[in-house]
Amino acid sequence: MAMTGDPCDCDVLVVGGGNAALCAAIAARRAGAAVLLLEAAPKALRGGNARHSRNMRVMHDAPTPWVRGRYPADDYLADLRRVAGDTDHAVARLFVDASADIVDWLAGNGVRFQSCADEVLPYSRKTAFFLGGGKALVNALYATAERLGVAIRYDSDVRALHLRDGPPAVTVGEPGVTVRARALVVASGGFQADAGWLRREWGEAADRFSIRGTPHATGVPLKALLAEGAEPVGAADRCHMVAVDGRAPRVDGGIVTRLDGIAHGIVVDRDGRRFADEGAVVGPSRYTAWGEMVARCPGAVAFSVFDAAIKTRFRPSIFPAIRADGIGELAAALGISPPALEATVAGFNAAITGGGGTAGGDPPKTRLAEPILVPPFGAYPVRAGVTSTCLGVRVDGRARVLRRDGTALDGVHAAGVVMAPNILGCGYLAGSAMTVGAVFGRIAGREAAAYALR
Amino acid sequence: MPCADDQERIAADARRVLEICNACQFCDGYCAVFAALKSRRLVSAADLTFLSNLCHNCRSCYHACQYAPPHEFDLNLPKSLSLVRQQTYRDHVWPPAARGRLPGAGWSFVAAVTLAAMALVALPAVLSLPAELLFGRHDGPGAFYRLVPWGAIAGVAGAVMLWSLLAIGFSVASFWRGMGPAPAGAALWPALCVAFRDAATLRNLGGGGAGCNDRDERFSQARRRFHHALFYGVALCFAATGVATVYDHGLGWQAPYPLLSLPVLLGGLGGVGMVVGTTGLALLKRRADPGPVARSLSGADGALLGLLFLVAASGLGLLALRGTAAMGAMLLVHLGLVLGWFATLPYSKFLHAPFRFAALLRAAMERQGRGVTRLPPAPVPSRRPVSRPAPGSGSG
Repeated sequence: MAMTGDPCDCDVLVVGGGNAALCAAIAARRAGAAVLLLEAAPKALRGGNARHSRNMRVMHDAPTPWVRGRYPADDYLADLRRVAGDTDHAVARLFVDASADIVDWLAGNGVRFQSCADEVLPYSRKTAFFLGGGKALVNALYATAERLGVAIRYDSDVRALHLRDGPPAVTVGEPGVTVRARALVVASGGFQADAGWLRREWGEAADRFSIRGTPHATGVPLKALLAEGAEPVGAADRCHMVAVDGRAPRVDGGIVTRLDGIAHGIVVDRDGRRFADEGAVVGPSRYTAWGEMVARCPGAVAFSVFDAAIKTRFRPSIFPAIRADGIGELAAALGISPPALEATVAGFNAAITGGGGTAGGDPPKTRLAEPILVPPFGAYPVRAGVTSTCLGVRVDGRARVLRRDGTALDGVHAAGVVMAPNILGCGYLAGSAMTVGAVFGRIAGREAAAYALR
Repeated sequence: MPCADDQERIAADARRVLEICNACQFCDGYCAVFAALKSRRLVSAADLTFLSNLCHNCRSCYHACQYAPPHEFDLNLPKSLSLVRQQTYRDHVWPPAARGRLPGAGWSFVAAVTLAAMALVALPAVLSLPAELLFGRHDGPGAFYRLVPWGAIAGVAGAVMLWSLLAIGFSVASFWRGMGPAPAGAALWPALCVAFRDAATLRNLGGGGAGCNDRDERFSQARRRFHHALFYGVALCFAATGVATVYDHGLGWQAPYPLLSLPVLLGGLGGVGMVVGTTGLALLKRRADPGPVARSLSGADGALLGLLFLVAASGLGLLALRGTAAMGAMLLVHLGLVLGWFATLPYSKFLHAPFRFAALLRAAMERQGRGVTRLPPAPVPSRRPVSRPAPGSGSG
């Protein structure tokens, strides 16, 4: 990137190093642009939240080697509307249509998918699974990007965007180096790893959150785009969350810290009181159902409590259960008032009817209600694990970042979680974030290349 | 030599890693280990014995692992299972007096036994035969047996091989019991067919179609192909020996045989396969990313590869030089190396072959027992069964 009188260091500059960024870089490079990709993480931890992903949700009208059955566009749009509410219909429609060939496009760029005939996979007519998971996808896309000649810089966190005078530019690292490009793709994720920003939105509860993905999603480019007049979409005070073991790492815990057993026992807050129907959600969305509930508990912590009989019915946490021979001792070990937990358990046991639910009880448990009787008793501390925040910038169908008046920021494109609320609102649909990243990464890369080479 | 503390630490680490793997299961498309793990709620000592030998050490799961170092979980499944696997060889070796000591993790035991075998073959010939016979040119039928009588070759090699086969048989029986009770309701014959196919094709080095990570995060079929060259090379050499035995005892044709005879063609092709296979595997090992490799075991790996290379190379050397004065020396070296290899079979890394096959058979039996369902049976039948979604089945 010698400065040969040309004010630009490259044609397309990609900020970010996850799935969306890689798709953008590859698409732009294939369109003939000179591309520079800036990944904030070191090489060993590259790939953003895609490192922790598993599958992607794709529309298809007939079975493919990777997805069973069919998942027509109308079904996909209906699922989106259910979780996202009122989003940009035109962009959502374009997204769903473009998802149809994204698996083939990724496969053509080295990503391997798991055959849906593989007996180990759960049945899915909606999602294609990455063979080896998201890090294998990330490895494959980096290898392809390198082979195509994309310049990749690790340990390169972007400190500032400069979008006013001339072509877009970014300042990287400390001390700052400014890189100028003809076109920019921002694919840097949400801001969940900025503890200060999260605390401003959630109060002190945010300090108890576990960040399930990359520690580099600090939202600096997102904040800069908003400051430059990009229209916000989604909401700053909403996150996609799941219930995780309270002993999960502060960052990067990924999928394995999710707690499975919640529906089988009872869940109490730090005062020893039940606060929700544990049997309400038992399907795959049981993880997300509890994320926000626990986030809004006093102290943003809760406890999943079970007995020796119940604990055999779910996958144990990767962390050992906290055990005691009596409910009072268990409460003491958890830092809960023993009489409060004893009263809760006694009341719950007494309310159980023969039909697997409770009669009365506050709140009732409508399914899987079993008495907590057989020592030793066990518990897991539960906290909210944040996948990503739900604040983004408005884009059009060409992934151009838009101002409130509908005009585009010159040469600035966005892909992935930084624009996902255009499609997902503040909701979440399993496997869809990876599709947003790949679909809009590809669009953003092509559009940025076209803009740069115009 | 690992002490009891080391064994405890190795087992505890492998269990910790496998429990995290079971909560994740992103790698379930790579090999049979993950499906077998998925059907277990907790990992017992018997499960460790089974899973560590089912692992082909392809390392795909390491390179795909979101929790590999520098992540604080520090998962390294191939390395953890390699260490457990080495321990299982020691736990089930026969005779029991050798348990806990053999096979060693290094190369010295294999080297010492091989040298002793070479001396056993060479010394009587050197001491009893006149130099003009030993270093003379020989040709025509029976040339080899003028130096080392057929009875001595067949008797000593046969006795050593018989011992080794018995020892391996007892070891595998002990290992089979060590994997815990065999799953009920699985028919043996279909499972055997599946296990033979898995072993013959090295399906589990295929990484779900992509190949494995023999060197780094890039996938390749190189390791699988070199192992095929070695395995089928050894098989061809045994076929050559079998045909030669029929020629000699059935038809009365004595070795050496002409270049275009069946024993020489089979043995020559097998020898070349072994040389290519051992060299290729050794080069892959040298260039492999050290991350997922248990370095303490590379001595034992190298010893087996080195010995097989020498066996094959000395056999090819004998073929090339059998018309010259070097034939006598080459013959003694080759027979000594073969005898050394036979003697070390139950006490070297060679044990990986029968143990891996037994683990593949166990996995095939379990898959049959499970039928097409993936979920484990409800552990507490006294309570109402509850449908439990498979772990790691979604991205949420």
